[in-house]
Amino acid sequence: MVLLRKIHGSLTLLTMMGALYAIFVIAPRELTMGIVQKIFYFHVSAAWIGFFGIYVVFFCSLIFLIKGGRQWDIRAASAAEVGVIFFTLNLVSGPIWAKPVWGIWWTWDARLTTSFILWLIYLGYLMIRRLVENPEQRARLSAVVSILGSIDAPIVYMANRWWRTQHPQPVVAGDSNSGLHPDMQVALLLTLLAFTMLFFYLWKTRINLERAREDVDILQQTVQYHIKEAR
Amino acid sequence: MTDNPIVLLEKVEKWFGQNIGLHDISIKVDKGEFVILLGRNGAGKSTLLRILTRLSKPNSGRVQVCGMNIQHEPEHIQKKIGFVGHHTLLYAHLTARENLHFYAKLYELKNSKEQIKTALKNAALEFNADRPVRGFSRGMQQRLAIARATLHHPELILLDEPYTGLDLESAELLSDQIQQWLTEGRTIIMATHDLEQCFGDVSKWVLLDKGQIVETLRGNVSVIHRRYRQFLQSLN
Amino acid sequence: MKFFNQTTTVLMKEILSEYKTKDVLISMLLFGLLVILMFNFAFEPDSEEIRNFGPGLLWMTFIFSGLLGMNRTFAGEKENKVLEGLMLSPISWNSIYLGKMLANLLFMLLAESIILCLFSLFFNYAIWPRIEWMAIITFLGTLGFSAVGTLLAAVSMNTRMSEVMLPILLLPLALPVILSVVLATTANFSTPTDQNSMIFWIKVLIAYDVIFITVPLMLFDYVLEE
Repeated sequence: MVLLRKIHGSLTLLTMMGALYAIFVIAPRELTMGIVQKIFYFHVSAAWIGFFGIYVVFFCSLIFLIKGGRQWDIRAASAAEVGVIFFTLNLVSGPIWAKPVWGIWWTWDARLTTSFILWLIYLGYLMIRRLVENPEQRARLSAVVSILGSIDAPIVYMANRWWRTQHPQPVVAGDSNSGLHPDMQVALLLTLLAFTMLFFYLWKTRINLERAREDVDILQQTVQYHIKEAR
Repeated sequence: MTDNPIVLLEKVEKWFGQNIGLHDISIKVDKGEFVILLGRNGAGKSTLLRILTRLSKPNSGRVQVCGMNIQHEPEHIQKKIGFVGHHTLLYAHLTARENLHFYAKLYELKNSKEQIKTALKNAALEFNADRPVRGFSRGMQQRLAIARATLHHPELILLDEPYTGLDLESAELLSDQIQQWLTEGRTIIMATHDLEQCFGDVSKWVLLDKGQIVETLRGNVSVIHRRYRQFLQSLN
Repeated sequence: MKFFNQTTTVLMKEILSEYKTKDVLISMLLFGLLVILMFNFAFEPDSEEIRNFGPGLLWMTFIFSGLLGMNRTFAGEKENKVLEGLMLSPISWNSIYLGKMLANLLFMLLAESIILCLFSLFFNYAIWPRIEWMAIITFLGTLGFSAVGTLLAAVSMNTRMSEVMLPILLLPLALPVILSVVLATTANFSTPTDQNSMIFWIKVLIAYDVIFITVPLMLFDYVLEE
């Protein structure tokens, strides 16, 4: 198991380096935006993984409610913690890219708005986990919230899309899939792959951490019990 | 001993996170029995009662009430159970009558007006029937809570430390009512952690500690008193 | 039929409780009035701006005061743990959800009607000519808000900072409703009424309402479980 983890970790690192190489060396410089455009690869990949994470949480929450079992709750919560990082990355990289290129920090286009809303939903989920004492209840309540959020996500996106078709706004990101240079496509795909592997790696790490924490708790209780008995 | 027990618990487990609520609980209660659950605070008495009412779901094990599995037919079973817990479950801003009327509708009682009138009379609350519950004393609230719990004439009555905080008059009223219920053939399971009250016809006493059954006792009150005190001392 | 009776019983009890205390309605109305007052000072009551921002301001008022009402849904249950009394009874727990959801809907609609009149008064906004569609939009929007809000109120009631958790959870999830009602209202109030746009957003509202009444009904049991 440890070996598999090490392989996973190394592969992730290699893919990351490959992606960086592709971004900075292979992919050409964008004509108008210059080097700042390179953020685009991270920005878009982070968004994709953030979305992916939401559905991982949704899936684990659903199984938890149907089947039960602490493992699925741990998986859901860990995925949420990792996923929120990617969305944060996405939301932070957006303005950094937008300001020098388009002169505005933010725009409420469909994609960005949905990312923001989902980020808030992630945060709501994590807040519930902090604020509920009873572990079973905590698991159930956060599962319910994540299911609601995941069902809401496509509706939020579509609603914003329709709004924007009625009231066109400056499209900041451009259509990331339209007219992308093949080398840029390669760089994007590699980054996506690297981020995906990173997500799974971090997710597993977080799950292991939680399991270790539980083991420590049990050991602590056992020790205390034996001390009491010895007296 | 009949083959149709009112309550049947088989290897019931309930845990809260890492803490054991109930472990390996198997109990059988027959119709008409008066069973007392004895134990310290946190022994699992309330948890056990709450599982019988559907308020709490066990992690594993079988729970049968009146021959039906509580997970499969909860609404059917709940019509046969009356529960009096630590909280009165009364709406503070509504009057005694309105509270009972609400519960009568939930339990789909026929002829509710008459039944409510009788229940208020038995609880010695006829003259306060149209006052908001907010203004009631603890004893009055407890009497109304019991009226609420038994309005639908349940076969099984569950009481969770009902004597706590009661004045003498209300306590005596409660003891009389328990006697009355037993005469009517109802089954009673009562949880308590102190034995100051004198209980007459108890069928058996189940001693719980840390979520497990320590032993089941039978005999008269003084014998039980001694054994219980022994047990408590052995823990220190 | 039984389910309908159970829901009605819960609903009537909510109405009776509210009739006795009038907590929810008074706080919603007062708060709505204060918000309108604040908006009045924050924005110059110039007719051009109000024409543009009117629907948004109106719905913000509705939502903020609605949040207040929503918070009380389960807060009142903590006293004497009356929610357990409901859970003990031989009723489907879904009827608890539906009864409370309809109660919230009713109280919000009541408050909104009055706030709408006040809004029209203070901002010299002519609502009456467009009242039919306004009523439909308001009903559908409030229904969606109440449907999700009631479920989330049950969720938040179990957390440490319940009054704060509810808006944190509800507002992002209710965004499609907020967007749809504001756009539909704007379309309704424009001269002439932008029928296409308005009907479109009403359809979105209907879709949202259907989904977010069905899903909470499936999830409510899990929220109440111990």
